[in-house]
Amino acid sequence: MISAPASPAAAHEAALSINSLTVSLPKGMERGHAVRDISFDLIPGQILCIIGESGSGKSVTANAIMGLLPASIRVTSGAIRVGATDIMSIERSELRDMRGRIVSMIFQDPLSALNPLMTVGAQIVEVMTSHGVGTPSERRARAIELLTEVGLPEPSVMFNQYPFRLSGGQRQRVMIAMALALEPSVLIADEPTTALDVTTQAQILKLIRDIQRRKNMSVMFITHDFGVVAEIADSVVVMEKGSIVEQGGAEQVLKNPSHPYTKRLIASVPHMIGQDRTPLSASGAEPILRVQNLVKTYRSGSRLFGRERVVQAVNDVSFDLLPGRTLGVVGESGSGKSSLGRLLLKLMNSDSGKIIFEGQDIASMPEEKFRALRPKLQMIFQDPFASLNPRSTIGHILTVGPCAHGVPYEKAKADAQALLKQVGLDAGAFGRYPHEFSGGQRQRVGIARALMFKPKLLVADESVSALDVSIQAQILKLLEQIQRDTGVSMVFITHDLRVASQICDEIAVMQKGKIVERGPPSRIFLNPQSAYTRELVAAIPGEKPGV
Amino acid sequence: MFVFLLNRLWQSVILLIIVSIIGFTILNMIPGGPLSQYALDPGMTAADLERLKEQMGLNRPLPIQYLDWAWRMAGGDWGTSYRDGQPVTAVIGRHIFATLILMGSSMAISMALGTWIGIRGATHRYSIFDYTATVGAMVALSIPTFWFGLVGIYIFSLQLGWLPAGNMYTIGNETVLGYLQHLILPSLVLSLVHVAVWSRYMRTATLDVINQEFVRTARAKGVPEKRVLMKHVVGNALLPMITLAGMQLPQLLGGALVTETVFTWPGMGRLFLDSLGYSDYPVVMGLLMLSAILTLLGNLIADIVVSMVDPRIRLS
Repeated sequence: MISAPASPAAAHEAALSINSLTVSLPKGMERGHAVRDISFDLIPGQILCIIGESGSGKSVTANAIMGLLPASIRVTSGAIRVGATDIMSIERSELRDMRGRIVSMIFQDPLSALNPLMTVGAQIVEVMTSHGVGTPSERRARAIELLTEVGLPEPSVMFNQYPFRLSGGQRQRVMIAMALALEPSVLIADEPTTALDVTTQAQILKLIRDIQRRKNMSVMFITHDFGVVAEIADSVVVMEKGSIVEQGGAEQVLKNPSHPYTKRLIASVPHMIGQDRTPLSASGAEPILRVQNLVKTYRSGSRLFGRERVVQAVNDVSFDLLPGRTLGVVGESGSGKSSLGRLLLKLMNSDSGKIIFEGQDIASMPEEKFRALRPKLQMIFQDPFASLNPRSTIGHILTVGPCAHGVPYEKAKADAQALLKQVGLDAGAFGRYPHEFSGGQRQRVGIARALMFKPKLLVADESVSALDVSIQAQILKLLEQIQRDTGVSMVFITHDLRVASQICDEIAVMQKGKIVERGPPSRIFLNPQSAYTRELVAAIPGEKPGV
Repeated sequence: MFVFLLNRLWQSVILLIIVSIIGFTILNMIPGGPLSQYALDPGMTAADLERLKEQMGLNRPLPIQYLDWAWRMAGGDWGTSYRDGQPVTAVIGRHIFATLILMGSSMAISMALGTWIGIRGATHRYSIFDYTATVGAMVALSIPTFWFGLVGIYIFSLQLGWLPAGNMYTIGNETVLGYLQHLILPSLVLSLVHVAVWSRYMRTATLDVINQEFVRTARAKGVPEKRVLMKHVVGNALLPMITLAGMQLPQLLGGALVTETVFTWPGMGRLFLDSLGYSDYPVVMGLLMLSAILTLLGNLIADIVVSMVDPRIRLS
């Protein structure tokens, strides 16, 4: 990898140059500036990664370059130059003309970034129409050429497709085709792979890198994932709370970070651990949970008029879980891992198969009888924002469940306060409301809520996926500590193999409702047996298996 | 699509039957009964009334009367008005045109104006225009229509003398211009409320779309602002409005009770009120069924239009 230092002397030749940029936030926000006094250069023909956690100001920077900031947020000082043009001083119409022609942008969520009412082709053609390029037939031909270039199947059919027919990865390819339509010199990619599955992410990263090399384009790539940085970056800018804390060549920043924040960030990136955990319980113990041939099928559409759609969400799944152990369930979206989690807690009923919990089959148990067992099986949810009632105090959230099961309020309150301390919050949190807490703190509340019942089994469904890496590392540590203290068993559902390797004794890889491979992390990562697992492991950004 | 239509048709028929049973029952629960108008005539004896009942089949049990009515209805015979002995369909036919031009013109005005105000209110959110439109809509919605009607008549008819105070035309001057003159005031008064409602919905629908990511994508592509607004924002914002427009269909032919009364407009709203007053059950039932059919039809048409416009529905 080439790493060119961003020296001020190189400014005149930079494809994109940011100089002392400050963007202010409206009054009443957490801080006065979205970004403050940041400077960096994007060297022509390079990929510059801007990395930072949520709220670091990386997206604001991208939108400022495009002139797409909302009206309430404005650039207060500094200069943005694209090539030789100072975009702060040009007319709105000139800026409009530059967008898509000289600077293009692709966004994070390909599901919402395309107009649902226009065909893929029409949306690509629109870029050319808006800049008065070509005749209608030339534009069409160019659009099909672009669809071919980004590797979409049957480009001429694809041209007439509507976005809803495409998968997430395909839509992101369409976005890239659109961005490339007029051969811009700078491409800004704002977390373009964050919403994608890991195998799709690997493909899109490769596509962006290939195209960048082929066209010698300059790419500013925003991400929160150091794995992604390691895959594609030539140089790196690290941002924290609106300021740049470190910048330099990719190798240098990744291997020898100088700023403490960078060091901390790199340290908290989950890595695949090829070593297995020391199990907390003997392998001869009686399993606490025994799942046998579990099946769940979703049906949609009408059976009467044909066209019934049948999805095998969970297809003949079996496993055992020993007390105090953690089973990781890993898979991509649609693999059935979340359905499995919901089945285990009887949040929905299975079609057939057994779930034997402490010797009793709960799958066939009627709801009234299962209610007494429910406290023993608890869930930690993914979204720490949506899973706490904003109108209840933390105290109410924690105590309402036990009280419903007959625990006296005073006892529940004492338990709750002790648990808050255990999950790393102070007891004063008891009387406060969820909005007063950060995402990581809320997830701690979610964990405390699940622990209120002294459960035997915890199902954690993507419980750390919505969190920044540094917070993620803390929560994983917390879960580990809790398991050591309470001996609870865990089913840890995640799409992230790296995370799974941190915390699990055993990993089950799911694909299309089936468990395709099961084993200790060391075997899954270092010596995967099934082709699908191999593909998953290979797709993990920034990791060379076995290293 | 065919299956979908067949299903909807089937559901509609059941709904119509339920509506008609409820309507028929409630109507016959009203004290006085269908012959109350005749009973007021001092020349009528009890024997006369019995004979009338016999003649009109009103002495039969209610379910039999209903089945008889429903059977004829299904065959296209909507019955005869008690008031003037004319077929119900003819009575409705005489009034439907008046309502159609009144409601048609007022809805055209309110949809056009409301859509524009709604979009502008959303794109210029929290501007003076937006605040004025919001307050204006609230005022229009909270003041009853008859008040606007009376004030309109007072100013434009009595004080200024520009427009006629009521009726659909002046006898002896049945020109298009004459009709138009009579139409302006009631149509505008009716529009006031509809503009208010329509603009609020449109504003919300536009705001829902305006912050969506595909709108930002369009801007990032360098699409001119005007096209971003018309093609990407409004195109998507109009989708929910189609359903809303479909729900206006029964009103289009059902008429506006209050406005028609204030302006002595010979439309369906007044026909309904008058028929109720005269206990003209066949006409009341006819109007009830008509509005039920139109409601179902309006929804159906809206669903079909939405499914034609929205590829996510059309192709799945």
